[in-house]
Amino acid sequence: MTQSGSPISAADVAKVAHLARLDIDDAQVVHFTEQLAKVMGHFGDIDALDLSGVEPMTQPYPLVNVMREDVEMPTLSTDEVLASAPATEERRFRVPPIVGTEG
Amino acid sequence: MATIPTTASEIAAAVASGALTAREVLEAHLARIEEREADIHAFNLVTADAARAQADAIDADIAAGRPVGPLAGVPIAIKDNMCTHGIETTCSSKILEGWKPPYDATVVTRLRAAGAVMVGKTNLDEFAMGSSTENSAFGTTRNPLDTSRVPGGSSGGSAAAVAAGFSPVSLGSDTGGSIRQPAALCGVVGVKPTYGLVSRYGLVAYASSLDQIGPFATTVSDAALITEVIAGHDVMDSTSIPQEAPSLVGAVSEGVAGMRIGRVVDLPGGAEPEVSARLDAAFAALAAAGATIVDVTLPSLGYALTAYYLIAPAEASSNLARFDGVRYGLRVNAVDTNAMYGATRAAGFGDEVKRRIMLGTYALSAGYYDAYYGKALKVRRLIAQDFDKAYESVDTILMPTSPLVAFKFGEKADDPMSMYLCDIYTIPTNLAGHPAMSIPFGTGAHGLPVGIQVLAPALGEVAMFRVGGALEAAAGGAQ
Repeated sequence: MTQSGSPISAADVAKVAHLARLDIDDAQVVHFTEQLAKVMGHFGDIDALDLSGVEPMTQPYPLVNVMREDVEMPTLSTDEVLASAPATEERRFRVPPIVGTEG
Repeated sequence: MATIPTTASEIAAAVASGALTAREVLEAHLARIEEREADIHAFNLVTADAARAQADAIDADIAAGRPVGPLAGVPIAIKDNMCTHGIETTCSSKILEGWKPPYDATVVTRLRAAGAVMVGKTNLDEFAMGSSTENSAFGTTRNPLDTSRVPGGSSGGSAAAVAAGFSPVSLGSDTGGSIRQPAALCGVVGVKPTYGLVSRYGLVAYASSLDQIGPFATTVSDAALITEVIAGHDVMDSTSIPQEAPSLVGAVSEGVAGMRIGRVVDLPGGAEPEVSARLDAAFAALAAAGATIVDVTLPSLGYALTAYYLIAPAEASSNLARFDGVRYGLRVNAVDTNAMYGATRAAGFGDEVKRRIMLGTYALSAGYYDAYYGKALKVRRLIAQDFDKAYESVDTILMPTSPLVAFKFGEKADDPMSMYLCDIYTIPTNLAGHPAMSIPFGTGAHGLPVGIQVLAPALGEVAMFRVGGALEAAAGGAQ
């Protein structure tokens, strides 16, 4: 909880938007904060539950790692996969510069 | 032209016997699409040419005496979040607009092998996030029964396609009710199978521990038939249950004599009075058919909504990280890669998707993980334990599918919480991983259809289809 009593602040929303790589402007931060605060206000209901000793449940049934036989199998066509990419070069995905553009 | 039957099983029988050609069945459905699709907008894409080629190939097989599958010549619509090789798959999102997958989803492969003819890709709430199909980037779908109202969601296009007669059957996906709720609102049958019964390979992931593919149909028997075809183990999905597809069509007419049906005494409120009245009528019909109604308690059910709206967005925030402008879909160019990510995702995702990504990112972030996501996982366990306890004394449980009949456009579009409350009765089964189906059972407010939901324990599809069949038989006289 933030000091204002709201379950999420504008600063929180701006932070998670950055973490999630979503560029949103100040007006959107205000709008989303209002909506998310309303949704998260509802989440307080589970605070009434005694959850001590309850095991978390991440999946409907226990999962084990699944391994297949180590044999050659057909895979996706590289040409077809690359044809969907926004930019390619030398049969690879091309992206803008990763380092060296700041400061 | 001969009369075209309305069900998939009759169409398949007529095509296999040569009484009808797959092509004439297809043309009749394409004509209906031509007539009403401009009003309904069930489809993001109608694949008429590919469908004609597929129908002609089936007719050639039959003419040559080659064996055909159990769905020979049956037109089917596929929700546009399932991959179709070389055919645009958008998830109703601008971020995937124009993307042509390099492979087919397993369900698509199985349907094609069974002889089904895909007529198109249906509209949905973007990335299956919503309960009205208003969150589509490509326009809303209208309810064929009243075009001023929503078809439900997120599989609204697939529900509307069946309700409008565009195809006798369709596929949807159900993460928190996205098959059952639109089925209820459009007056058709909708099934969410047990988690892991139907392969998710090629289903664009929303919340991987909850997502499951299932059918829409006009009859319970057709829904059973499609489930049989798409179910069964798939090595391409590591959560696929390693067992053969169950036999289900026979269960539909088995009756419910001796079955124990659970009535939830502490069901969370909020259902319209007409919906509650239909639920009472459903219990009465099953009792008259020889079932015993047993009171059960699900004390944690009221907390399912909170657990779901933390767990599903948390998983979504991770799954949707793959849409980054690098390998497929939209890219908004920027000075560096990091800026490209932010600009691409801002331009490509709609508001509801952004809300859920932010909600999920927050629930998983340092300092909040235990307070939100961690707690939600424990509540999920409590809900599953409640069901386990209840199923010690009953075979299936009945509850409404949706608290409301189809609502008007815009009523809830900008109020996320009121939209989320539409899922209150459908979410618990996804959290538990159980099967559930919605059966049209009379009408409620404004003469609109009401869906009754049949819930069963994991892999309890046979019991579920028995009860579904009995409700369908009773619904004829129960209007």
